[in-house]
Amino acid sequence: MNAENYIKLEFPSKSCNEAYARTAAAAFAAQLDPTLEELGDIKTAVSEAVTNCIVHAYPDTVGRIRMRLRILPENRLEIAVQDWGRGIENVDKAMEPLFTTGGEERSGMGFTIMESFMDRLRVRSKPGRGTTVTLLRRIRSRGEPG
Amino acid sequence: MNISTAFADGRLTAYFAGELDQHEARRAMQTMDELLEEYLPRDLVVDLSGLNFMDSSGIALLIRVSRRIRETGGRMWIENPGQQPKRVIDTAGIDRLIPVTVRNL
Repeated sequence: MNAENYIKLEFPSKSCNEAYARTAAAAFAAQLDPTLEELGDIKTAVSEAVTNCIVHAYPDTVGRIRMRLRILPENRLEIAVQDWGRGIENVDKAMEPLFTTGGEERSGMGFTIMESFMDRLRVRSKPGRGTTVTLLRRIRSRGEPG
Repeated sequence: MNISTAFADGRLTAYFAGELDQHEARRAMQTMDELLEEYLPRDLVVDLSGLNFMDSSGIALLIRVSRRIRETGGRMWIENPGQQPKRVIDTAGIDRLIPVTVRNL
């Protein structure tokens, strides 16, 4: 599918980059003239996806995270967050609400929030090779009925 | 994220300001542990009016704080979440665990 616009960012899996990733995604999404609520949803979903890379994909090291954003026809924003880390053994299990391998510090709500805040969520993973989380959200143009 | 406090009559109010994500949550949990140890409050209010952003790491922190305060027989509630934090709280369903109120400022 031809993108009308895109950016690719790569950064290390350091937690200080969570805020940067959110802001970068919001800045790119701005060209679709989203509402504040839509921007909030996008920032939250990106924060969850990037945090998963930092906490789960590279638990003991610092690895690469690549974020690609694309504007697709009909005002759709696609965000792909990719890592080359640990991978997920059982994707269905990982996406169950409250399930986490991260201990007391994690809520297990990351995928639930991504799924609720975006129109579509796709997770592809190979243990030992890495994971790609793809998020899609159609931004309603102002004046469209909500 | 900054945490400022007010304490009176056994009630500790912790004001969260800024953004609460995984990067901020660890230090914030430490701060909350220290505050609970110092004040031993009967009631804990977490005021989110100054919080611009929260993700599920913030949810985990709120759950852990609520467990701590309940261990000592105290009560906790959340006050004045903005639009985005409230959306995360509602999606996670923790308003069933920790009451959320809006107080007229």
